[in-house]
Amino acid sequence: MTTESSNARKLTLYVAGQTPKSLTAIANLKKITEEHMPGQYEIEVIDLRENPKLAKEHSIVAIPTLVRSLPVPIRRIIGDLSDVEKVLVSLKVQGE
Amino acid sequence: MVQPTGISKSLTGISGFDDLTLGGLPTGRPTLVCGSAGCGKTLFATTFLIHGARDLGEPGVFVTFEERPSDIAANVASLGFDVEALVAADKLSFEHIEIDPNELAEIGDYDLEGLFLRLELAIDSIGAKRVVLDTIESLFSAFSNPAILRAEIRRLFDWLKDRGMTTVITAERGDGTLTRQGLEEYVSDCVILLDHRAENQISTRRMRIVKYRGTAHGTNEYPFLIDEDGFSVLPVSSLGLDHLVFDEHIASGVPDLDAMLSKGGFHRGSSILVSGVAGSGKSSLAASFIGASAERGERSIYFSFEESEGQTVRNMRSIGIDLAPMLKQKLVRHVAARPTFYSLEMHLAVMIREIQRFDPSSSCSTRSRHSWKAVTGSKCSPCCCAWSISSRAAALRPSSPI
Ligand SMILES: Nc1ncnc2c1ncn2[C@@H]1O[C@H](COP(=O)(O)OP(=O)(O)OP(=O)(O)O)[C@@H](O)[C@H]1O
Ligand SMILES: [Mg+2]
Repeated sequence: MTTESSNARKLTLYVAGQTPKSLTAIANLKKITEEHMPGQYEIEVIDLRENPKLAKEHSIVAIPTLVRSLPVPIRRIIGDLSDVEKVLVSLKVQGE
Repeated sequence: MVQPTGISKSLTGISGFDDLTLGGLPTGRPTLVCGSAGCGKTLFATTFLIHGARDLGEPGVFVTFEERPSDIAANVASLGFDVEALVAADKLSFEHIEIDPNELAEIGDYDLEGLFLRLELAIDSIGAKRVVLDTIESLFSAFSNPAILRAEIRRLFDWLKDRGMTTVITAERGDGTLTRQGLEEYVSDCVILLDHRAENQISTRRMRIVKYRGTAHGTNEYPFLIDEDGFSVLPVSSLGLDHLVFDEHIASGVPDLDAMLSKGGFHRGSSILVSGVAGSGKSSLAASFIGASAERGERSIYFSFEESEGQTVRNMRSIGIDLAPMLKQKLVRHVAARPTFYSLEMHLAVMIREIQRFDPSSSCSTRSRHSWKAVTGSKCSPCCCAWSISSRAAALRPSSPI
């Protein structure tokens, strides 16, 4: 009965250039998703320095920001994702 | 007049304030406007931004952390500010920073580069010269790491200064401090404190320039008004005692009284106190004076603290003075306010503004309103100047607090 959309999972990481914080966040996200949720999420990294318009459109203030847009409810995590446990707790979907 | 080495200033368009600061806010630097809730911070900031965008060719970016842009536009629409038109003309740009702390988790180190990027884009897209941050302290309730916020706010202020933005930052008053988060320590050049107090149920708004580096400025507390004409500061306490003195005499409107006075009337520019018990004819004497002025084609203002315009007209008609046609021809302006409506200094402030507004007709503009020159510095003014005390004397009854 599961449709495609109800299975859709999407994480977007917003960074700004190649700053240490951004690079750390990218590396941490890669590690966490590969180790703990392989293949579960569609992941996109957006560099706002290249596309600053998206900062307003997506209401980004802090960098790095990780947005889980699907499944709802939307979750936002800011920071370099240096605490794996906390990231997992924040991304945990109810009923899992 | 112009200090050759002085700092340059940017006009705010807030009447009175630009006089008080001898030219407005420091150009290219941040100014902190602080005060308690509802004291007028947002309106001050909005007026500054719109004046720059609309009248001075200086586009502005409004970064709002609280009110929605549509609310800000609606709030100032009644003041004749067409925010939407300015936005459409790329003279004004809004950046609404909304953060819901409930859907936010903080894990590890972060900065506010997203805010910088948004601000940079907004500034560049309209070539902004002015920026408002209203009120950046809200970030402290959205994010939980004050150390990061402090460092980032300091970086933001430096960044705005480097880019030469004339910036107004608003902040709410803290307990014993100018701002809750101590923002004053970041803004070293200009700090303005707004205040809204109610004493004996009478509310008074006051402002004080706490500091303004590199320039002279008024240092007293000045009352200000927020009404249908917007924000205006009334520098009453900077009244000097250097007004012009005249030899000319003008009729009091009562021939017998004029005959008793040495040169046939009052000195132009003088203050006359009319005192007497209830019903002794103080208001009538004031109205006679106004009538005589109107006959000469001079304008007068009648300030009434007890009677409405209709009452004054009716009562004076009974002694043969018809104010109605004078009012109609705008030779006389009647201003009525109960004593309890404002505090004493607000009454004075309102009176000064009424006088400034009631410009004389061209036929009498050669006669300057000397006694108020020190206050207003304006060229034209009602030419009948003995109005103030003679008409105010009508309110100088013992029962009145004036
Ligand atoms: N268009 C208007 N016409 C008349 N009065 C107004 C107008 N706009 C604002 N005011 C008055 O000014 C007051 C202060 O407004 P303002 O929003 O600027 O204060 P503030 O200091 O920013 O308040 P807050 O702490 O809520 O942000 C209002 O409460 C209202 O009394
Ligand atoms: Mg406000």
